[in-house]
Amino acid sequence: MSTTSDVAEPASKVDLDQGEGGGEVPSFDITLKVRRYDPEFSEEARWDEWTITMFGTDRVLDAMHKVKWEIDGSLTFRRSCAHGICGSDAMRINGRNRLACKTLLKDLDTSKPITVEPIKGLPIEKDLIVDMEPFFQSYREIMPFLINSSPAPTAERLQSAEERQRFDDTTKCILCAACTSSCPVFWTDGQYFGPAAIVNAHRFIFDSRDDAGDLRLEVLNDKEGVWRCRTTFNCTDACPRGIEVTKAIAEVKQAILTRAM
Amino acid sequence: MQVHKYDVVIVGAGGAGMRAAIESGQRAHTAVLTKLYPTRSHTGAAQGGMCAALANVEEDNWEWHTFDTVKGGDYLVDQDAAEVMAKEAIDAVLDLEKMGLPFNRTPEGKIDQRRFGGHTRDHGKAAVRRACYAADRTGHMILQTLYQNCVKHNVEFYNEYYVLDLLTVEEEATREDGSTFMQKRVAGVVSYDLADGEIHIFQAKSVVFASGGLGKIFKTTSNAHTLTGDGMAIAYRAGIPLEDMEFVQFHPTGLAGLGILLSEAARGEGGILRNADGERFMERYAPTIKDLAPRDIVARSMAEEVRQGRGAGPNKDYVLLDLTHLEPEHIDSKLPDITEFARTYLGVEPYTEPVPVFPTCHYAMGGIPTTVDAEVLQDNETIVPGLYAAGEVACVSVHGSNRLGTNSLLDINVFGKRAGISAAEYAAGAEFVELPETPETATVEMLDVVRSGSGGERVAAIRSDLQETMDANMQVFRSEETIREALDVIDKLRARYRNVQIQDKGRRFNLDLLEAVELGFLLDMAEVMTVSALHRQESRGGHYREDFPDRDDDRFMLHSMLYKDPEAEMEGIKGIRFDTKPVVFTRYEPMERKY
Repeated sequence: MSTTSDVAEPASKVDLDQGEGGGEVPSFDITLKVRRYDPEFSEEARWDEWTITMFGTDRVLDAMHKVKWEIDGSLTFRRSCAHGICGSDAMRINGRNRLACKTLLKDLDTSKPITVEPIKGLPIEKDLIVDMEPFFQSYREIMPFLINSSPAPTAERLQSAEERQRFDDTTKCILCAACTSSCPVFWTDGQYFGPAAIVNAHRFIFDSRDDAGDLRLEVLNDKEGVWRCRTTFNCTDACPRGIEVTKAIAEVKQAILTRAM
Repeated sequence: MQVHKYDVVIVGAGGAGMRAAIESGQRAHTAVLTKLYPTRSHTGAAQGGMCAALANVEEDNWEWHTFDTVKGGDYLVDQDAAEVMAKEAIDAVLDLEKMGLPFNRTPEGKIDQRRFGGHTRDHGKAAVRRACYAADRTGHMILQTLYQNCVKHNVEFYNEYYVLDLLTVEEEATREDGSTFMQKRVAGVVSYDLADGEIHIFQAKSVVFASGGLGKIFKTTSNAHTLTGDGMAIAYRAGIPLEDMEFVQFHPTGLAGLGILLSEAARGEGGILRNADGERFMERYAPTIKDLAPRDIVARSMAEEVRQGRGAGPNKDYVLLDLTHLEPEHIDSKLPDITEFARTYLGVEPYTEPVPVFPTCHYAMGGIPTTVDAEVLQDNETIVPGLYAAGEVACVSVHGSNRLGTNSLLDINVFGKRAGISAAEYAAGAEFVELPETPETATVEMLDVVRSGSGGERVAAIRSDLQETMDANMQVFRSEETIREALDVIDKLRARYRNVQIQDKGRRFNLDLLEAVELGFLLDMAEVMTVSALHRQESRGGHYREDFPDRDDDRFMLHSMLYKDPEAEMEGIKGIRFDTKPVVFTRYEPMERKY
């Protein structure tokens, strides 16, 4: 019945290699170089640098916290879950959009300063905080909710595992804006829907339970819609959830063309 | 300062808040105030599933689910509430599916279900497949689906508005027996707009607290940085009691040293725990359901293995979650996120290596006492008209002394919905309560004290000392000695807190200021939790006393109720009044809890 596979009862005792994992955590010094901006005190943005001692398991978020908590409490950034699921702490780290809580310091080149800047294309409010409203505005415009006008059954609507799999990749989106704010088209044209909105449209367009795919395709066939995408793959590289964003956009383009036929 | 007027104000935009908003928003003029953007809440971090006796893959019914919930909570569950939750679970899952939630499916196209800790067939005979899930990101899907439906219904959000005070008035009222008492009524809330530091008063006929938990009291926690007990502390400061605050759940499988959650689904899908000797030690502690015993039992067993010197790793301070006997394809399809966490944060490959894990503070069973309709109680019987609470901030009590896995995602949906309906229906027939003359005064004074503080104490240093002492003294093993030690430290930290000094003096996005305010909430809640633990001289569910290792139903089959009361003094502790409340029994007599 279930897709849950039954596994044989595991052994009561097995031989394990001793001392695997963990161990002494190495420490090292890094220089953190952060773009600062607070219009309450100055219209000029500036760079601040700190050299701090961090550990092998630390992430960029830990370094930001160390500065905020021990050196300069005015350093300002959003964060919440600290393990890559809430989408609060997308930043431009060494020129690439990433989540600060998912970027381990040891994976960066620590011989040079690690630069941290706000994500691009959205108005900067203070330090790393940007105005997310334009981003969510685009999201809302693609009608990001299931639309099904047929009468609901008493139990669940049926959907095969294959139909469910069809849009699995785009359900992973955490709305962090790493993709949209890595897109050169979005940088120059803030009206462009941007990859995240298209990803979320894809999530419904390819859901077998949804009736409103045509409506969304019409929205995205707009001059600020999918056709602005120049397939630079920045979005796919930036996605902390590993979503194949460019592929999703291509599938939406294809769906518009197929419908037009 | 600005004043807004709404029929219903919901505080918090996690699962419970948004589920309430979907109901309330369609019935009444509703605003949601949230200190984060809606999809940032920690509901999104929940992984494994949401239980409901759909019986899609094997025989099951809601009565078995009720029993498991009551037994899992070590009989401190109010059984009428557990019954409501287990019964309404089925519609709660179906509601989400119809809202669009992409559940995993069976070959027939129905919602798939899997095993989870403490959920059993026919009153404990064997593990049952009851958890509905979407890979290991069920909470993420719930949060996204609820937000999507809030967008659909045009719910009005005030993002990054920190609610800092609850406005109530008291008026003399008479009980049926002729005695008089002071009846609390809700007038609204005071909030702080992070963007510019302005105070906004929200006058409301109904206020729903859905602001989540307080995991940041502890150092090792699966909780977000923002889970600082705000809602509980605000209610407590406004004279609302807090129930069963001594009961904190430590989730067995946090990534060692980091506390990041690895879902119980890992064990539901066949993963097992081993000690340094490679032993499947849960066979000794829970011979029937082993690794799928409830979380309190598994967490204590793990800590016991480490205390006995059988911990793994160079410092012998963790145990191992072994998935190596599972097929990589199975792991990829059912547990993709958590195996990625192990790779990203510990550099461990779960296909071939066991993952270092140790218990991590996960969930507060206690909170603001409510009825099954989410109405907040000001004492054991009296509701506060217009005030509601749902989700982790509340204590209905459906989790008793230990919550079963998946029952929190269920709780937020069942009681979030009930709260939204109750709040809107109450507002339809109620008048606004007049605001106090200067409703913002207390909040403005509190903020001014923090802004102008010059004592040189750092927020982070006090917070870190609090977290250290709570990990050391209030984790899975407690005793009078450790509890008193924690109380002593908290007292000193409160003195230091009066000398707190922040560096950011601006009005815009001043998170330095808000972290200081949140620390105040944490300190209050740590004290309440610790005093509550001191009073409970028994071991039950998540609260284990080494000096009282047995459950003592004669003395302690009672909910704890703690009140802020400047007059009170008990056992040398000033300012907190302790009381108890009877547990509601319907069909299950307490039994010894064996698995």
